[in-house]
Amino acid sequence: MMRNPVIQGLRDGTPIAMGYFAVAFSLGIIAVKAGLTAPLGFMSSFFTRASAGEYGTYTLIAAGAAWGEIVAMCLVVNLRYMLMSAALSQKIKPGTAWGHRIMMALCITDEVFGISVAYPGYTPPAYTYAAALVSTLFWASGTAMGITAGSLLPETMVAALSMSLYGMFLAIIMPPARKDRNVLRALVASVALSGLAAVAPVTGEWSSGMRTVVLTVVISAAAAWLKPVKEESDGAA
Amino acid sequence: MEQHKIIISIALAILVTNLIRLIPMACIKGPIRHRFVRSFLYYVPYVTLAVMTFPDMILTPPSLTTGIAALTAGIIAAWMRLGLLPVAAICCLVTWAMS
Repeated sequence: MMRNPVIQGLRDGTPIAMGYFAVAFSLGIIAVKAGLTAPLGFMSSFFTRASAGEYGTYTLIAAGAAWGEIVAMCLVVNLRYMLMSAALSQKIKPGTAWGHRIMMALCITDEVFGISVAYPGYTPPAYTYAAALVSTLFWASGTAMGITAGSLLPETMVAALSMSLYGMFLAIIMPPARKDRNVLRALVASVALSGLAAVAPVTGEWSSGMRTVVLTVVISAAAAWLKPVKEESDGAA
Repeated sequence: MEQHKIIISIALAILVTNLIRLIPMACIKGPIRHRFVRSFLYYVPYVTLAVMTFPDMILTPPSLTTGIAALTAGIIAAWMRLGLLPVAAICCLVTWAMS
């Protein structure tokens, strides 16, 4: 049965938006330390849409870091979007206009990407746009709210709210793992190696963004080599 | 930091982050036939999100026990396909109740 992709996108984007609001709120509390005003925080979150990247940027601004450091940090922490953009390119119907391909690439966040690649068959651009629009509006308003009202909340509540981001990640990765045993194996390997890398001598010194990039490349490559996807599966890479 | 320097810093972050999103999409024309590359891209999102969740999630709350409890609750809820918002809410509530 065919459904309207805009309505589907709004429906799937709404829980993401709720989660984003909570996470962005805690991000806003950090942005205050960097000297951001609520309108500036709104604009920054609206156009950047990167949780870890924004967190890193605000922390660096607060520390008075050089512009080069901000650029380098954004590159490393957001490198996963490069991989996601390549993966999403395989979910767009061949012959789709360039404008749509570019817009879809700009919509990439961990969660919007997650639901976009999970869409059965080719992903309609309207689905991704709808989900991205609703989630981005809440992401940006959450940041502005956090800047304005964050200091009024008790610290335990802020700590609890910041867990929502990880909860969303789990909600995205567990259902496919239940369906595909190889994804489950890759997840178990990821958790084990990520835990190990965080405490190991050399990798433990790296930033968590750096560890994310290296572990993603190594584990995904190993999984692709050991358990390649079926030859005939079409489009849904 | 002065306001105009903050604005330049943010503009740089916006530019770099969005270029990263754009470049692969602009460079890859048509479907990738290479089996290894396709398999690699298939695993990337799951591995990235798993690596970002662990161990950071259990280190975020003040105590490790709270973090492990929230992670366990989140895994069970996500395995049961409760959806994004309920899973996120469960993780928050467990953390909130235990702190």
